[in-house]
Amino acid sequence: MNYQIVSKIVKILTLGTVISLAGCSGSGHENRENSMDIKTQGSMTAQLTSPPYVPEPIGSRPAKQLIVDMEIVEEEGQMANGVSYMYWTFGGTVPGSFIRTRVGDEVEFTLKNHPNNKLPHNIDLHAVTGPGGGASSSFVAPGHEITFSFKTLNPGLYVYHCATAPVGMHIANGMYGLILVEPAGGLSKVDKEFYIMQGDFYTKGKNGDPGLQPFDMQKAIDEHADYVVFNGSTNALTGDNAITAEVGETIRLYVGNGGPNLSSAFHVIGEIFDKVYVEGGSLINHNVQTTMIPAGGAAIVEFKVEAPGTLVLVDHAIFRAFNKGALGMLKVTGEENPTVYSGTIQEGIYQPEGGSIQTMPGDQGAPEAPVAGSVSERIEMGKRIYARTCLACHQEEGQGIPNAFPPLAKADYLNADVERAIGIVLHGLTGEITVNGNNYNSVMTAQTLTDEQVANVLTYVYNSWGNNGTEVTPIMVTKVKSSH
Amino acid sequence: MKYIIACLFLFSLSLTGISQTPTALKQIKGGTLAPLYGLDSGKVWVDDFQLDEFAVTNQQYLDFVEKYPEWQKSKVKSIFADGNYLVDWQGDLQLGKGMNSNSPITNVSWFAAKAYCACQDKRLPSVDEWELAAKASESNPNAEYDSLFNQRIIESYETPNTYAKTVGSTYKNFWGVSDMHGLVWEWTSDFNSVLISGESRQDGDADRNLFCAGAAITASNLRDYAAFMRYAFRGSIKADYNIRNLGFRCAKSK
Repeated sequence: MNYQIVSKIVKILTLGTVISLAGCSGSGHENRENSMDIKTQGSMTAQLTSPPYVPEPIGSRPAKQLIVDMEIVEEEGQMANGVSYMYWTFGGTVPGSFIRTRVGDEVEFTLKNHPNNKLPHNIDLHAVTGPGGGASSSFVAPGHEITFSFKTLNPGLYVYHCATAPVGMHIANGMYGLILVEPAGGLSKVDKEFYIMQGDFYTKGKNGDPGLQPFDMQKAIDEHADYVVFNGSTNALTGDNAITAEVGETIRLYVGNGGPNLSSAFHVIGEIFDKVYVEGGSLINHNVQTTMIPAGGAAIVEFKVEAPGTLVLVDHAIFRAFNKGALGMLKVTGEENPTVYSGTIQEGIYQPEGGSIQTMPGDQGAPEAPVAGSVSERIEMGKRIYARTCLACHQEEGQGIPNAFPPLAKADYLNADVERAIGIVLHGLTGEITVNGNNYNSVMTAQTLTDEQVANVLTYVYNSWGNNGTEVTPIMVTKVKSSH
Repeated sequence: MKYIIACLFLFSLSLTGISQTPTALKQIKGGTLAPLYGLDSGKVWVDDFQLDEFAVTNQQYLDFVEKYPEWQKSKVKSIFADGNYLVDWQGDLQLGKGMNSNSPITNVSWFAAKAYCACQDKRLPSVDEWELAAKASESNPNAEYDSLFNQRIIESYETPNTYAKTVGSTYKNFWGVSDMHGLVWEWTSDFNSVLISGESRQDGDADRNLFCAGAAITASNLRDYAAFMRYAFRGSIKADYNIRNLGFRCAKSK
């Protein structure tokens, strides 16, 4: 009986799913058919820009025949300070020139391969519907040019790249960029827009090895990147090359990832993305900290900068940012807003109870502690421990603080019993004691010191401020520790 | 085709008057070869043959066009060579400014290269012959699995302006042939045969082979990036193309 009911429910659910799926694909199909029906009005030459800049928004212009003219250049450029690389580029930059279109545009694309180039190239635009994304029609030898055309059917932010064999090498050398297809009427207005693209590079030498570094096939196959960078070099977006904005402005970043291998955990330190066009498509997510951008993918992120300062763009797979160059900067200038971010309000000393030695993890253990060779050395070392461990309460001259912390200078309680003193340092002391005629009722915590250190610090105390000059040895400390 | 035959006929008539110093031929021992792409997935057999020690130089080509004016820059038939033919030359019988007469001739079409070799009583090597000779390092007739040799080749392919070097300036391989890699790409007699072999994704379709990851399908050695680059280059060119980094050398059957 139960089974029948369940199977009925399953059937109903299945039916519902089928209907809703059909509805979805139906509307998607409709969209595309609509795009195909869009008539173009007139023709214009596309404005192409180098990163980090993007062309003018399409605004309310109708679909047009859009003429795109792109040159492929193989040229040496700077990867990092003192490190250069033979980049293969679309338009002379990594990433290649930004192409901005609207849905329904008919793009007439001319690809030119500079005569000095050594290799044939082509272009696969992910915005193209058709074999190879244009790659099969755009294969061009050095010193030649080729023209093909396509209609932009789906709005979104798309990667383009070279697809000539060996494809990984062409991409690894910098042959990628972004093409934006805006919906009719354009994307919403923002104050500033920038173009950023991550890529991983594989060099014969290690990260930082100077000179012209050739591509390393083995590292590329192993996916061991030497450099992971934004816009083709470690300093493309830092220092004087940082992008800038004013407090209160809304920022839109067109972020792509050329790969060839690594996905990007794209994050802006000190910001939250108000909006993310997930994977560069039509799905919008809000209030995002880090967005995943796969190799060969893109995302549009938007945020308002509310406080001045430098925002740092990173791949939050953080070793790439720290050690391999995946860093960029957005410098925001303007009025401080203490409600949004206060800055430092107060600063003070923090002294946790108990610990004076931190045990560090690790196979080798801590470096060997020094051992005193004479009484004077013991006193010298003890003085340093005292300053670090005891001084805050017992004070610099051992005078203590009246009614709170007993004195050590000329202290009868101290001088009367060495073993008791050792025990107090090792185990701490709670309760009432009388020192030099005054009562103290307080707590001293156990100190985390080695036997050698306890011996040294007590020897220092006994040999200072009129005390009786006892030398405490580590063996004495060990004995006290062992007696119960 | 008619033109080619007519042209070759012309050459054979005038073969007797060659004055250039011919480049020495080196003996290459034949054997099996696993081409990166081929008609079959298996190996091919290459017979013993002879190959020019050096690529043809600017000076040698200048001598050639003096002898055969139909191959001069202003006189060449446009179906045999597009507008980039000898594009850097200053005149029909004058090399370009700063051009080294001992650098390899480039910006010549396949038709021109074929005619040149015919006039030497030689021919262009086939792709398989060329690849067999080129896989020899200095000491090893087959260095295709020598990763250092392969890395060196890839680096040389990435280095710009190597066409301006003089012939013999890179390395001499096991067979005594110089500059197989590191100077210029070289024409082969059947350079475009891969594209019409119907071996790849779309059987029988002409030029759809070498794109994106699809290029990995049916390739014999996925780690031979240098070979991928050569095959991609060959696939991108047509017989009337003239390219700054593309020259040639001649071969002869044994």
